[in-house]
Amino acid sequence: MSNSILEGAAAAGPAAAATTVMSMQQALNRALDEVLAENPKAVIFGEDCGRLGGVFRITDGLQAKHGEQRVFDTPLAESGILGMSVGLAMAGFHPIPEVQFDGFAYPAINQIVCQIARMNYRSRGTMPMPITLRVPSFGGIRAPEHHGESLEALFAHVPGLKVVSPSNPHEAYHLLKYAATRPDPVIFMEPKSRYWQKGDVDLAHCDADGGTPTGAKVMREGRHLTLVAWGAMVARCLQVAELAAEDGIDVEVLDLRWLKPIDAEALAASVRKTRRAVVVHEAPLTSGLGAEVAQLITQSCFDTLKAPVERVTGFDVPYPSGDLEDEYIPNIDRILFGIQRVLEYKRG
Amino acid sequence: MDTLPVASGVAAEPLTPAQLRELYSLMVAVRHLDTSAIAWQRQGIIPGYAPELGQEAAQVGSGYAVDTTRDFVFPTYREMGVARTMGVDMVAYMSTHKATWHGGLYDPVESRLAPIQAVVAGSVLHAVGWAHGQTLSGTPDGKLGVAMTYFGDGASSQGDVHEALNFAAVMKAPVVFFVQNNGWAISVPTERQVAGGSVAARAAGYGMPALQIDGDDVVAVVEATRRAFAHARAGNGPVLIEAMTYRRGPHSTSDDPGRYRSLDEERDGAGLDPLERFRQRLVADGIADEAFFAEALAAAKAEEEQIRNGIQALGSRPGTEMFDLVFQETTPALQAQAANWREESEHV
Repeated sequence: MSNSILEGAAAAGPAAAATTVMSMQQALNRALDEVLAENPKAVIFGEDCGRLGGVFRITDGLQAKHGEQRVFDTPLAESGILGMSVGLAMAGFHPIPEVQFDGFAYPAINQIVCQIARMNYRSRGTMPMPITLRVPSFGGIRAPEHHGESLEALFAHVPGLKVVSPSNPHEAYHLLKYAATRPDPVIFMEPKSRYWQKGDVDLAHCDADGGTPTGAKVMREGRHLTLVAWGAMVARCLQVAELAAEDGIDVEVLDLRWLKPIDAEALAASVRKTRRAVVVHEAPLTSGLGAEVAQLITQSCFDTLKAPVERVTGFDVPYPSGDLEDEYIPNIDRILFGIQRVLEYKRG
Repeated sequence: MDTLPVASGVAAEPLTPAQLRELYSLMVAVRHLDTSAIAWQRQGIIPGYAPELGQEAAQVGSGYAVDTTRDFVFPTYREMGVARTMGVDMVAYMSTHKATWHGGLYDPVESRLAPIQAVVAGSVLHAVGWAHGQTLSGTPDGKLGVAMTYFGDGASSQGDVHEALNFAAVMKAPVVFFVQNNGWAISVPTERQVAGGSVAARAAGYGMPALQIDGDDVVAVVEATRRAFAHARAGNGPVLIEAMTYRRGPHSTSDDPGRYRSLDEERDGAGLDPLERFRQRLVADGIADEAFFAEALAAAKAEEEQIRNGIQALGSRPGTEMFDLVFQETTPALQAQAANWREESEHV
């Protein structure tokens, strides 16, 4: 396959110094390639993951390289894919299943919630579930119904699951490599609207401090206000920060990365400094993860907050068709209005 | 009904007199423990129990075919007879009915028995995953570990059973699907679950051989299960066994069968007690005498007393386990909640 993205970017050989430019698609592909090479018990499977390389080509070339025992297609049934993952984990494998689109996770909820999330507990730690469930997530690509859902609050609410979402190619590479070596189930939410965006990837180091990518990450430092976001909303918040800077507003952008566990300390550290926060997500407002973030900030920063934590989110409506998508997903203007409300807030 | 190719099974050795006596002893032990558990519930020793009265032949016979050095069994909540036959620690097993720990306290890995499964059809897919793992591990045909999964006529209505049968057949996974058709799903009779009355008949649609057997004939059950294991172990793919039996007791200690079936219906449906049937056969064949039966019953009573004492002596698990067993790698939020709980509950 001459147009293999594996050859395009991942065949760069041993991690060279400095950084490589990759799309998120290529970064994820490279991470999976390395995980398969490093862990003989890692297996990738799902609908169209094998020969086709996935509908988003994230597993492109991996079956040809690692064989049909390591990367394979399953019948078209999500509960089957996730239920099978439980048994493979019991047999000592590290399953990396793919659910083709966010909305397709719903038919598998019983296996995810009642089985994957609980088996370590039920078995008293004797049957860990090192399952890394990749879910192309969120909206923004004019896709059909059930192809633009944001399920983070649903997953984060389930005891026994961890949830993470990368915001750029660098984060995607490192967070996937990290998630796919954990002994617990991790829902890996890939922002599909960012798959094709390129960026610098430092293959050797994830974070400047060289530590593991377990918490949130400041993507832009600022003094006046903290924008909290994850997935595709991080890039949008960075754009907003640039625009706000033109008006003299110094915005900090915190990429939450882990949606469970949430890095409460990073939230506290940022907002203690800026004293104002706006949380931005694509998911509907009510009982969204923004509420959890707002509560964590309120708990740690109540005395210093200058204004209530603001939420700029999707609406409490079914995810709309492509024509209305841009009306639904928080856009630059709505985020700027959110910032304005916080900055103009007067006590009493 | 028998669509399992004869050649694919081993020319099984007939059961020896000693094995037949062992099967009887197991059935008596299971019968006595099962009926005692109802009494335990009435006496307040345990809060609830799901009896398997009348299914002793199906459970002991199938469990007897398991090779615990390489096979793995996936039970529902009504497989006490299987667990006992496989040699599982019965105090640890019955602890689930004492509400000590969901799934039971036995070590599922050591016992080769997955944790007790409370979701109807919940573990059928797990068996497929585990079995496919044996294939992926490169175990040569003829030596494959086989997964046996239990479910009932009610569970056969669940979508996960369809997905599991289809996955297993497509992947040629070494699985034995052991269906105990006991006539009732709580209050709903088989004819309201299975049009045509046979789960085994469905196997043909999946391209899978099946056996419908007299589930109250323990010898027939052992022989059928051994044949199915041999077929799967040889790499020929899955087999479905439908053991026709009858749930002689209530669904659980909370159930009242008088509301949905009359005693006459019960007597007609149940037929001859499988234990009595086997006793008569052993007498007729000159394999066991009254002294043996008396000894077997005495042993069963002694065993039940020992298990009951163990259950009564069993204390609650420490509350810290609620927090400690959720993940392999805990989270700060969980640690904080555990600390709060300790402070507010134990006044430490």
